[in-house]
Amino acid sequence: MSQSNFSEAVIHRATFIERDSLTIPILKILQADGTTYEDAVLPQIDQQLSQRIFDACIFTRVLDERMLAAQRQGRISFYMTCTGEEAAVLGSVAALDDGDVILAQYREHAALRYRGFSTQQYMDQLFSNEQDLGKGRQMPIHYGINALNFQTISSPLATQIPQASGVGYSLKLQQKPNVAICYFGEGAASEGDFHAGLNMASVHKVPVIFFCRNNGYAISTPTEEQYAGNGIASRGLGYGMHTIRVDGNDMLAVLAATQQARAYAVKHSAPVLIEAMTYRLGAHSSSDDPSGYRSKDEEAKWQQHDPVKRFKLWLIKEGWTTEADEQALYSKYRDEVLAAVKVAEKVPSPKIDLLIEDVYDQPPPRLKQQLEELKQHIAKYPKAYPKTAGRL
Amino acid sequence: MAKMNMLQAINQALTLEMERNDRMLVFGEDVGHFGGVFRATSGLQDKFGKDRCFNTPLTEQGIAGFANGLASNGMTPVAEIQFADYIFPAFDQIVNEAAKFRFRSGNQFNVGGLTIRTPYGGGIAGGHYHSQSPEAYFTQVAGLKVVVPRNAYQAKGLLLASIRDNNPVVFFEPKRLYRASVNDVPEEDYEIPLGQAEVIQDGTDVTVLAWGAQVEVVQKACDMAKEAGISCELIDLRTLAPWDVEAVAKSVIKTGRLVINHEAPLTGGFAGEIAATIQQECFLYLESPIMRVCGLDTPYPLVHEKEYMPDAFKTFEAIKASVNY
Repeated sequence: MSQSNFSEAVIHRATFIERDSLTIPILKILQADGTTYEDAVLPQIDQQLSQRIFDACIFTRVLDERMLAAQRQGRISFYMTCTGEEAAVLGSVAALDDGDVILAQYREHAALRYRGFSTQQYMDQLFSNEQDLGKGRQMPIHYGINALNFQTISSPLATQIPQASGVGYSLKLQQKPNVAICYFGEGAASEGDFHAGLNMASVHKVPVIFFCRNNGYAISTPTEEQYAGNGIASRGLGYGMHTIRVDGNDMLAVLAATQQARAYAVKHSAPVLIEAMTYRLGAHSSSDDPSGYRSKDEEAKWQQHDPVKRFKLWLIKEGWTTEADEQALYSKYRDEVLAAVKVAEKVPSPKIDLLIEDVYDQPPPRLKQQLEELKQHIAKYPKAYPKTAGRL
Repeated sequence: MAKMNMLQAINQALTLEMERNDRMLVFGEDVGHFGGVFRATSGLQDKFGKDRCFNTPLTEQGIAGFANGLASNGMTPVAEIQFADYIFPAFDQIVNEAAKFRFRSGNQFNVGGLTIRTPYGGGIAGGHYHSQSPEAYFTQVAGLKVVVPRNAYQAKGLLLASIRDNNPVVFFEPKRLYRASVNDVPEEDYEIPLGQAEVIQDGTDVTVLAWGAQVEVVQKACDMAKEAGISCELIDLRTLAPWDVEAVAKSVIKTGRLVINHEAPLTGGFAGEIAATIQQECFLYLESPIMRVCGLDTPYPLVHEKEYMPDAFKTFEAIKASVNY
């Protein structure tokens, strides 16, 4: 069995394989004007699915626009947008079953919306109030909800990649016809966890979709300074993995690729790598200023490839939406988001007693003692601790 | 009851729990058919199949990350890191992920079913990459439990309790005792509760505290002290996080003195934490400063292993110094 898993072609003169020897085609279905390529094979999609995707697109645009503004006004501490990558995220999540487990990086809140996360649930997390499912313990955008099979986001980069392999293996052993999907950027693919996770999944034949949003930048570092070689897709082949590269700004291409990836992963109990070529139209985060490392011209060029606009043009051609419908959606979600902000801002912070919960399944005695000492201290100096003093 | 060494006891604990819990998996480098480099997992693959007991690629961060994913989705992974010296590539997955999974998600997700087993410690002529005792690094991590058995009987009971505990546990196995520690071990299922120290020997003059393989060493020192007319109370901490402050304080209030022994270097070692806590809890009862007998602040050496070790003679001297202060 040893040494059986490699292909053998014999040569008698040292001949090296070059980067260019590997051509990886890119799947494109939708053109910029909303028509499809002549020979394109469309994904399985109907009006209802299209509407659900488009709805989440517009909600995400509104959420990003409003919450970035809220961050600028000092109402929330931090924000990250999905802008420019909506097709990568929504085209992929729309191909999944609700029982498939999502392990996201930090820019996939559109997927959460598609699964049914409510506007208020976003706000409760962003405002770290006592309704936040994460109990106010992580920065804004670190969403997670068990009921929607969306694992809580962790800040350290790429840690979700080997975890996704473990989740996928658990689905396999539990004999569920489901997959894990793991989102990450091309920057995260530089971490050791990327190698560890893909290798584990490949060797152990795990139903998991590794979904790389290759969006051009890891904070300020462009792809040329992040990796050499033929993108991230070439790594998938190295791990013996079913691999595809898609136009990440093409909703139909991403949907088609992910539908087929999912079917393959379930049928063969095997991992798949999807590399979606896209562009981060926004800043890395609300703490970042891209004008320091990229040009306005470059950004303007990518605005031409706006994935939401391209998808909308297709929907209009199909007769499934209109410009007026889109405007109505925008205004509906603006009202909804603003109303939810007002509610969330008035909900108090989680109680101080929650601080020692969930460290272990039960708080150990020392932790209870530390909480008691803290509460006595707060009671003594209430003005120094305004958030908690009145609610001890 | 049967005579068993620590590896056999560990193997039996794993077998018993795999029979009971079909969601339990055992994996790591070489743990499959071969049964691990120390053979702790011998026979498990034959018995439970390749899906539940398997080799992984050589990737500690992959093993820990994979285990986190499994545990987060309802499985009971027992992952082996081949040597505790090699746990550091997995450090991020253990410290930033496993330990914080429940807290950071507001208990939306947790990895309570996870146990990481790893052989630790010196005395086997292993040099610095096969001898380290890195337990202190993990004791500072809120959310982890850290457990160290001292013999075969303890290993079986503590391992079963660790696997069934609803929190991630790092289980350090004293490898120099793997075959050397032979006890009467019940064949049946039993647990030794986590978080509780054990008073192994009652005494009145000084409390001597250790864990893992060092318990045997300090036992020898206590015997030497007895010859010299000193009565030692010997405690095995067993669980380092969360540790049994009450039991140690109770003993120190009685004896008025404390000597702590561990293999890891002195600076930043877990003895420092114990000393600070006990001086706060027992200040008015202390008759002498709390003593620490530890490894030197060097990497673990090969040739000078015997000199480096916090052995029985060094501990005996510390006991005398404590009593005669």
